[in-house]
Amino acid sequence: MINKVVSSPEAALADVSDGATIMIGGFGNAGMPSALIDALIAQGARDLTIVNNNAGNADTGLAALIGAKRVRKVMCSFPRQSDSWHFDRLYRAGEIELELVPQGTLAERIRAAGAGIGAFFTPTAYGTKLAEGKETRRIGDRDYVLEYPIHADYAIIKADRADRWGNLTYRLSARNFAPIMASAARITVVQVREIVELGALDPEVVVTPGIFVKRVVKVAATLKRAA
Amino acid sequence: MKKMDHKQIAARVARDIPEGAYVNLGIGLPTLVADQLPKGREIILHSENGVLGLGPKPLPGHEDEDMMNAGKEPATLVTGGCFFHHADSFAMIRGRHLDFAVLGAFQVSVAGDLANWHTGGADAIPAVGGAMDLAVGAKKVLVMMEHLTKKGESKLVERCTYPLTGARCVNRIYTDLAVLDVKPDGLHVVETVEGLSFEELQRLSGVPLKRLASAA
Repeated sequence: MINKVVSSPEAALADVSDGATIMIGGFGNAGMPSALIDALIAQGARDLTIVNNNAGNADTGLAALIGAKRVRKVMCSFPRQSDSWHFDRLYRAGEIELELVPQGTLAERIRAAGAGIGAFFTPTAYGTKLAEGKETRRIGDRDYVLEYPIHADYAIIKADRADRWGNLTYRLSARNFAPIMASAARITVVQVREIVELGALDPEVVVTPGIFVKRVVKVAATLKRAA
Repeated sequence: MKKMDHKQIAARVARDIPEGAYVNLGIGLPTLVADQLPKGREIILHSENGVLGLGPKPLPGHEDEDMMNAGKEPATLVTGGCFFHHADSFAMIRGRHLDFAVLGAFQVSVAGDLANWHTGGADAIPAVGGAMDLAVGAKKVLVMMEHLTKKGESKLVERCTYPLTGARCVNRIYTDLAVLDVKPDGLHVVETVEGLSFEELQRLSGVPLKRLASAA
């Protein structure tokens, strides 16, 4: 019997090794897998490469992981925020590496990894600093930049509901990067609000099919939800 | 002359957005356009984080941390709106499905080059977000900005001195002084605020401007 349900966030991330590349879902707090990030901090792996849209906010979640000096490199589109002080401090001290990627290119590089694409040409960033040193090509009447996929050892994401096969549904704008990250990582670990019986999810509305998911852990909802 | 305030510029941008348009409003000044869209028109707002049909700010007490706009502020969904993942969201942008992107700017060149993501300063932490995708992907790129910097320098320039967001991507510029179209032969003045002559706008702008024969 397939059962991807794991007892705790700690058990779900016990095998992360130093130097791993980890994709973390979420856009701000929406979709941020906070319990899994806390477990990763407790687990102790260091020298990590993190893929997220941002570089942490305030003092919790990804910001806490960065603040604990466990991250060697961040790949993101928008590190600078009013409350990204942990990243800002380490970046200015030269203690953390940044690969700045336009948001759509970040998404497509993740998607490409999950879809088995070797590389792709995108018009985004052509003629800008972010395309310096990259291969370009004129196709038809437009110029494009060659971009490579981003593969990860782990994706840690948050979904709303899951079954024991790892089929997932999401809630509102918390979906964001999670479905593509799930496909791009060797091991995808999901924090969900609710685990339901096989068959209880409407097959028409499953967003991430279980084939992309390795481990599921139930975490009580802590976020503020509208009534 | 009667300079426009930010709300008036937003209202001027909104006037040019037709019924049925799919629109992305960038962070900063462009977000003001949302409240100025004519009530009778169905216009669908796109948000990078996987939302079509972005609605206004929620009422106090109705915020939901799973429902954000691209600026990570609490948001709502209009009736008929929907969600999708980030790769689909940027397929909408890059794939030329969006009718308009309204973006802020540090500088726009006479050729329509846009600089809006990085001051290039050695100590500045660069952040780009979705700006470069919107610049190349939207069918029309509209820029909304102050005409002059705080120091009084023109933000319309011969060549951008700040790092580019996109080359030759801007179609129309809305400032507190004027509306200008970017055409292959340079910047055409569509209209100026009351009491501002073409000659005076030309002097303030510091780059060659053309009179538009007939306003678009």
